[in-house]
Amino acid sequence: MDWTALGLSLRLGVVTVALLLPIAFVLARWLAFRRVRGRGFVEALVALPLILPPTVVGFYLLMAFGRGSPVGAAFESVLGHPLVFSFEGLVLASLLVNLPFAVQPMQNALAAIPASVRDAARCCGLSPAAAIRRIELPLALPGIATAAVLTFAHTLGEFGVVLMVGGSIPGETRTVAIAIYDRVQAFDEPAAATMALVLLILAVAALGITNTLARRASRQD
Amino acid sequence: MGASAGLQVRLRQSVPFALDVAFEAPAGSITALFGPSGSGKTTVLRAIAGLHRMNDARVSCGAELWTDTATRTYQPPHRRPVGFVFQDYGLFPHLTVREQLALALGHRPADERPARIDALLQLASLQGLSDRHPAALSGGQQQRAALVRALARDPAVLLLDEPFAAVDWALRESLRRELVALQRSLSLTLVLVTHDFEDVAKLASHLVVLDRGTVVAAGSVEELTSRNAVPGISGWHEPAVALDARVLAHEADRQLSLIAAGGLRLEVPTVPAPVGAPVRVQLAARDVILASHRPEGLSLHNMLEARVIAVEPAAHAALRLVHLEVGGTRVLSLVTADAARKLSLAAGKPVLALIKAVAVEAFA
Repeated sequence: MDWTALGLSLRLGVVTVALLLPIAFVLARWLAFRRVRGRGFVEALVALPLILPPTVVGFYLLMAFGRGSPVGAAFESVLGHPLVFSFEGLVLASLLVNLPFAVQPMQNALAAIPASVRDAARCCGLSPAAAIRRIELPLALPGIATAAVLTFAHTLGEFGVVLMVGGSIPGETRTVAIAIYDRVQAFDEPAAATMALVLLILAVAALGITNTLARRASRQD
Repeated sequence: MGASAGLQVRLRQSVPFALDVAFEAPAGSITALFGPSGSGKTTVLRAIAGLHRMNDARVSCGAELWTDTATRTYQPPHRRPVGFVFQDYGLFPHLTVREQLALALGHRPADERPARIDALLQLASLQGLSDRHPAALSGGQQQRAALVRALARDPAVLLLDEPFAAVDWALRESLRRELVALQRSLSLTLVLVTHDFEDVAKLASHLVVLDRGTVVAAGSVEELTSRNAVPGISGWHEPAVALDARVLAHEADRQLSLIAAGGLRLEVPTVPAPVGAPVRVQLAARDVILASHRPEGLSLHNMLEARVIAVEPAAHAALRLVHLEVGGTRVLSLVTADAARKLSLAAGKPVLALIKAVAVEAFA
């Protein structure tokens, strides 16, 4: 059992969820409420990681994060080390590939709020910010919880993109999913089995939590 | 309760659809925006609340300027003292009735809110249901919850979008009664959007008729209906007058009430309102019979001396619409062209208007 890898996976999941939820909420809100040109294009872009092979996403990110690219150079001047094959690079890649898992549940939850409910919030004296805090966020909570759990679980399980962008540096970029692959390659099946079981249990727990939250939210209506 | 003020509205836009509207809603009375769907009524209401912005608009309430594109004035919706009752009510699904009212009372000091909530709950007869979520309320209860939530804002103007469209006919009548009673007791300025002329005839004192984004008629309901000047655009083909009347007396033994609209006095089946109370009277032109001399032995309560003002063609070629004046109040009578000839009806001719008591619809 590679505890370092598990710790790294959990840390990556928590950081990704914490950073991605606010960003995805803003994007989801824009997609749910604005009827502007270019919306369909943005929706397609957000969904892209769902259908592209992870190695393709990983390849482009590797190119974009490299020292030769403006993004890679800018990050390197801030971080003091290259973005590729680093934890920060993994986080950035994780944010991008998890966009659909975070945006879509929130977008659906927000779009399900009737326009009259949002109008009523304003006519009850709530400022735009207060309307988000007291009406939109509570009503979208099941969607937000689903987004958090899906993002977390998907981050733990992501393999292709992590391997392409991060490699397999212990303590830095070697996540559980990578560690399992390494162990199998080394014919260490018992270690691989333990870690696979841990991921399985986490996945089942995650789904259990989302379903419970969703049921509790629908009972409230 | 915020002081009621009159509303001045002028709105113009070309996209997403053309709209060019100007009207006033007098303080302390009910103004109806009436027209078919797609005429722009709801857009006008949303623009008054500040929920919809146009590139050429001016909305003022009393001395307060809410929107003026000429001076780039725009008060956002949460800064306008407006109560809005949405067609589907727009109740917050995650909040109880009490929580919805508390939320709408944000402009009042916290220590005043509980007493205010109790008063509003009582106003809507929702005392026992204050801890329920909207989904656990009936349609009528939801409508009343939305109404008092709008009142919680202490609005200078109350806006209602098709308030009775989502409730069945029997409930509609009692909700109309409650709304009128509330409007009178609080002397609210109220703007009501509807495509149902029943709402106009029973509730409104002022009428703005919209069609495809423009005002096609505007004025007092009594004036427009008694001159048959409401354009027949939506389910309103039947000429009828809607008059503002008062209860003069009750005759308990005969189970009749005497009501008066100006000099027009009518005996009608008992009206459930005290003497002196205002009642809205509807009288269809087809229910007014004309006679040249006094008939006898009829089951009739109302035989009124009238004078013909004008005789004009009606929608049906065989009919004539007769404009009458009874004691200074105008009413309409629909007769056949044949009868108009036999009675030689013409402007200035004195006639008797015969009106069955049961044909008079009194809404109090």
